[in-house]
Amino acid sequence: MDYIKLSVLGLIALFAAIGANWAHDLAYQVHALLILVIALALFVWVLRNTDEPGSVVDPSTGYFDGVVRAGVIATAFWGLAGFLVGTFIAFQLAFPALNFDWGQPFTNFGRLRPLHTSAVIFAFGGNALISTSFYVVQRTSGARLFGGSAAWFVFWGYQLFIVLAATGYLLGATQSKEYAEPEWYVDIWLTIVWVTYLIVFLGTIFKRREKHIYVANWFYLSFIITVAMLHLINNLSIPVSIWGSKSVQVFSGVQDAMTQWWYGHNAVGFFLTAGFLGMMYYFVPKQAERPIYSYKLSIIHFWALIFLYIWAGPHHLHYTALPDWASTLGMVFSIILWMPSWGGMINGLMTLQGAWDKLRTDPIMRMFVLSLGFYGMSTFEGPMMSIRAVNSLSHYTDWTIGHVHSGALGWNGMITFACLYFLTPRLWGRDKMHSMSAISWHFWLATIGIVLYASSMWVTGIMEGLMWREVDDQGFLVNSFADTVAAKFPMYVVRGMGGVLYLSGAIIMCWNMWMTIRGAKPVTASLPHATAAE
Amino acid sequence: MADKKKTDEVSGVETTGHSWDGIEELNNPLPRWWLWTLYMTIIWGIGYTIAYPAWPMVSGATQGLLGWSTRANVVRSIEEHEALNAGLVSQLVAVDMDALSDDTDLLRYAVARGSSVFKANCSQCHGSGAAGAKGYPNLLDNDWLWGGSLSEIAYSVRHGIRNDTDTDARFSQMPAFGEILEDADIDALVEQVLALSGQDHDQAAAARGAVLFEENCAACHGETGTGDRAQGAPNLADEIWLYGADRETLKTTISMARFGVMPAWGQRLNEPDIRAVAAFVHGLGGGENPAGLDPN
Repeated sequence: MDYIKLSVLGLIALFAAIGANWAHDLAYQVHALLILVIALALFVWVLRNTDEPGSVVDPSTGYFDGVVRAGVIATAFWGLAGFLVGTFIAFQLAFPALNFDWGQPFTNFGRLRPLHTSAVIFAFGGNALISTSFYVVQRTSGARLFGGSAAWFVFWGYQLFIVLAATGYLLGATQSKEYAEPEWYVDIWLTIVWVTYLIVFLGTIFKRREKHIYVANWFYLSFIITVAMLHLINNLSIPVSIWGSKSVQVFSGVQDAMTQWWYGHNAVGFFLTAGFLGMMYYFVPKQAERPIYSYKLSIIHFWALIFLYIWAGPHHLHYTALPDWASTLGMVFSIILWMPSWGGMINGLMTLQGAWDKLRTDPIMRMFVLSLGFYGMSTFEGPMMSIRAVNSLSHYTDWTIGHVHSGALGWNGMITFACLYFLTPRLWGRDKMHSMSAISWHFWLATIGIVLYASSMWVTGIMEGLMWREVDDQGFLVNSFADTVAAKFPMYVVRGMGGVLYLSGAIIMCWNMWMTIRGAKPVTASLPHATAAE
Repeated sequence: MADKKKTDEVSGVETTGHSWDGIEELNNPLPRWWLWTLYMTIIWGIGYTIAYPAWPMVSGATQGLLGWSTRANVVRSIEEHEALNAGLVSQLVAVDMDALSDDTDLLRYAVARGSSVFKANCSQCHGSGAAGAKGYPNLLDNDWLWGGSLSEIAYSVRHGIRNDTDTDARFSQMPAFGEILEDADIDALVEQVLALSGQDHDQAAAARGAVLFEENCAACHGETGTGDRAQGAPNLADEIWLYGADRETLKTTISMARFGVMPAWGQRLNEPDIRAVAAFVHGLGGGENPAGLDPN
């Protein structure tokens, strides 16, 4: 096995060296050098460890938790990075001078914006999903992760994907598709990593010792499979050269737009909704120490959700070249999706039946409940905004940005923080987090941050929508685009302040995690040390 | 792995009997209001897709009972506004251009309409702010090559400049003096032009150039270089330059001449659009009244 690894790594290093030499563009060259260095380092590492016995099993639990520990750290790290970039670009919009001349073109808004979205969705959210799914699937299946150290490949492979994507954006390599910006070779790499992830996850489910598959795992599995399908189809492209980063999409025109928003909407649906519902279904009952409210509801809303979500994409393309019929269907499916989405919220909140008193004492429980509240709010707001008449006002405005962030900061962010607080003491064998009052601080800072963010974006969004459509009695537009930009300035500052608060909360969380992990160990546990994420 | 159904003490509801890592599930039914709201959205959805274009068929899609269509809506909306403004349009077409400023309502319409026309047709060369670029005149200032009254601007728009599609196009052609004069003479002329526009220059060369200017240039540009709109000869005595006022550019201009072309928009735009865009350009800052006096 090690000899095969060595020859593969050698080939990769050779190919990367040739690529670095013949590269047509800077991004490709930097990436080739990066891969060359990594392949050579791995080559040496494998060589030195050849024929050494290896073990991935955690002696205290019998589970494979090293990769989960690494994932928890990576989640916190990328969260911090993503929030920081987000806050910075929020101020760039308020104060364009922050697009510093000396940083051009690498640090202008246009390049930092996808860095922010990918960092928070794929790096922060993705690591949260991968690490919690590895944790949950082992516990609810009563089985160790399938595939030995393949889970480590998934983890490090995914980090490499993030680094390639992020540096690519800064260096100007993008295929210009929202949430699918990475170029062809990064897409191929992610496909390899993702299929391995699917194999590890599915293999663990196959060898489970429980009779039934727990609902959290249905959600995780639907997320993994659907994201694979979305990723493959939306990234169908032909590289201009094998030695360059540029590629050309297979679809064009409105077909490309429809494919992109079929992908984009289901990235929200399956990455940020289904996957995170998987987290919810394990961690909420665990933290509340209560049974799930309704098994029936979990089945019905699961199938309804995954059946309906996939059709809702066209609501991103109302009043465009997309035919009216497709736009109608997108809107209708989005509205029918309302209740299936709310099924998850109801099942989560009602699970607290008999445990509501914990809200007073347990800031982690409070985070879970708040995240479900924001989930419910944004899954109502979404269908509402998909209505054509509403969309004609809200589309292209900051209302969309506000909607996305109330979902992302409120639902995805909050539930991830709560899970990190749940996991950190358990994975490192501590009684509890270092400071419970710091969790309360985090809760309030983040909550106020979200409120500032969402409310300022509602105001600017509706204001600019109204300004754009305002016509005089002769039918001419009253405002220019620049008029709306000027009018939005105060709200842009408020939004930036919201970002600062949210970021501060995350910094407190990282400190708290650090102190917990570094703090005094209980006498019983002696656990292997986690590898720090890069 | 417990498969025994038991009753939850807090809620009094039976569990499904499964347990994963200590998590159990209650056997609660679907909440009624949830289920009925779901049914209602489905029923509404079916009704909506019957009323509006929705289901793709083998060729084309169902059109919906209401006959609703985004394209038809846009056409109707445009027609509504055209009907609303029909009176203003007919006034605009009929009005004496130079008297347009007297009718405030009509002027407002013309300027607003002209702004749209300008963005779509003129901004490519003259810039979205109409400040022009090298070789493309700035329309914000009061320096006009061919005249800055409403009717003169409308004429320039309608017939264009130096094009070969409209026989009425504004036309002037400066000779390429590189084929006529010696290199040293052109250098002297450059100094004279610099002198005329009040820039730093070589006095001796300019004095020699003044003679050459008198012989070769004054016929069109005037003895003091103030230009002549009737011939489309630019004013050389101000600080506004279409191609640039540095020595190198001036030498190129004199040696090779310039021949900027503007299309005859009368062949592309309709009458109200031409008049409207003229009104817009006139209102940008440098518009003149017919007598060439300050409009204020």
